[in-house]
Amino acid sequence: MACFLATTVAAVAVGAVKSAQRPSADAAQAPGTTPAPATSRHKVPWRRRLTWLFNLFAGGSVLLALEHIWHGEVIFAPPFLTAMSSAEETAAMWREIGTVGVGMVLIILAAWGLMVFLAERVEVFQRLALRTK
Amino acid sequence: MTLIVTAAAGLAAGAIRLAKPAVGIAWRVGALALMYLGAALMWCVDGIAGLVQGEGFIELHDGAAMRDDALLGLVVVGLGLAIWAILVVSRRHPGRSR
Repeated sequence: MACFLATTVAAVAVGAVKSAQRPSADAAQAPGTTPAPATSRHKVPWRRRLTWLFNLFAGGSVLLALEHIWHGEVIFAPPFLTAMSSAEETAAMWREIGTVGVGMVLIILAAWGLMVFLAERVEVFQRLALRTK
Repeated sequence: MTLIVTAAAGLAAGAIRLAKPAVGIAWRVGALALMYLGAALMWCVDGIAGLVQGEGFIELHDGAAMRDDALLGLVVVGLGLAIWAILVVSRRHPGRSR
């Protein structure tokens, strides 16, 4: 019905947090100059990790919205969602957003958490390999 | 079928990103992979919700519905590629709109 709205809201929230983050020294570096030494202990900065989350949420929401347009659940005239044509269907839509939509947000967060965990493990192994050389 | 087509596209893009890191970073293949995998995960939740309601995880009995879903999957992959192309072009020509 409109489960993609929950992930769209999450994408907007992550986008706002990402924009508030200061770009790293490497990203702000002028072209042709040597990069400044990394100040963070992480090889993959948090801004990039948030970009992964943003891509998961925003990309998934856009593709899911296309599916809803394909199935005629989203229309290009008010009220834009066919589920908002009656009070009963609107209530069912909110229920779906609260269950399926929130479930989607949680599974994306879990997948992202796994990605961050694996990226940190790879960093630790690389650091250990450098130390033992 | 939409889930299968999108997940396959996401895994292919992810494999390219991991197998050829230089190409993957230069062409932002990781963003494409995350876009497809994000949608595939969301459809997984949708499929689980269908199972809970007594429907199938994936439509396998109705041939016409399967064909429609497969076509939707291809359209979804096409839209993902279009978004990715815009992303690549905008990153290679920054500040053009200013």
